[in-house]
Amino acid sequence: MIKINGKEAINAQGQTLAEYLKSEGFDTERIAVECDGNIIPKKDYINKIILDGEIIEIVSFVGGG
Amino acid sequence: MDIKNNISFEAIAAALDERHTPEVRRKLWKSRVSIAGLGGIGSNAAVMLARAGVGNLHLVDFDVVDITNLNRQAYSACHIGMKKTDAIKEIIAEINPYINIKTEDIYINERNASIVFRDTKILCEAFDAAENKAMLINSVLGELEGVKIVSGSGMAGCFDSNLIKTKKVTGSLYVCGDGVNGIESGNQLMAPRVGICAGHQANMIIRLLLGDE
Repeated sequence: MIKINGKEAINAQGQTLAEYLKSEGFDTERIAVECDGNIIPKKDYINKIILDGEIIEIVSFVGGG
Repeated sequence: MDIKNNISFEAIAAALDERHTPEVRRKLWKSRVSIAGLGGIGSNAAVMLARAGVGNLHLVDFDVVDITNLNRQAYSACHIGMKKTDAIKEIIAEINPYINIKTEDIYINERNASIVFRDTKILCEAFDAAENKAMLINSVLGELEGVKIVSGSGMAGCFDSNLIKTKKVTGSLYVCGDGVNGIESGNQLMAPRVGICAGHQANMIIRLLLGDE
């Protein structure tokens, strides 16, 4: 099972992170992605393949401070 | 006895002992927190952490106080035109003149973030633009070990106060805010919700410093 932002995401298995983010419409300039407790560097989005058992959090930021 | 502004260190310590207990006062006094950005979140969080008696503050911003900042930031009319780093130092000195403050007047980018915050263990993210928030978190958590970041996202407008939450994303990242109401959607930043979010971030930082989380 793959969990992304708390929800099962079976369809994500085998995709690269970059493909998944694009298909879900994320703006990669405004997010941080964490997988099993570690931040995934932006440069690794194109190589990182989403694997069974992973728990991924995608944090999208909005402006203001 | 060292006396600044006619208040001795011993008097402040005794007052904080009375309000916070000696154990909490000693823990916070030994602590160090970095704040990236001294706008609505950063200036207010800095004041709250100073009042709480956090002994070492590392405060970073490149900007100058502008009249449009007075609607939500900790500055007063007398600070207009001053560097935010200098203005916040003045404000904190009026609250607790014994706090050790290191300021850096610098624009943070992905090349210098992990250098500026290399000695940081607790970092308050208080930038304005979403891209800069993401950049800081990706750079610092990607390049430095053992740092915890408390970030803010979603505090614009005058929507329900109770939408603003503190969320633990991982052991090293906490995000405060409602997560959706940003300046991109045309919402303005106002003192109450920015203050609520700054309070969430400052409280999460105190919890981390005291080992409550």
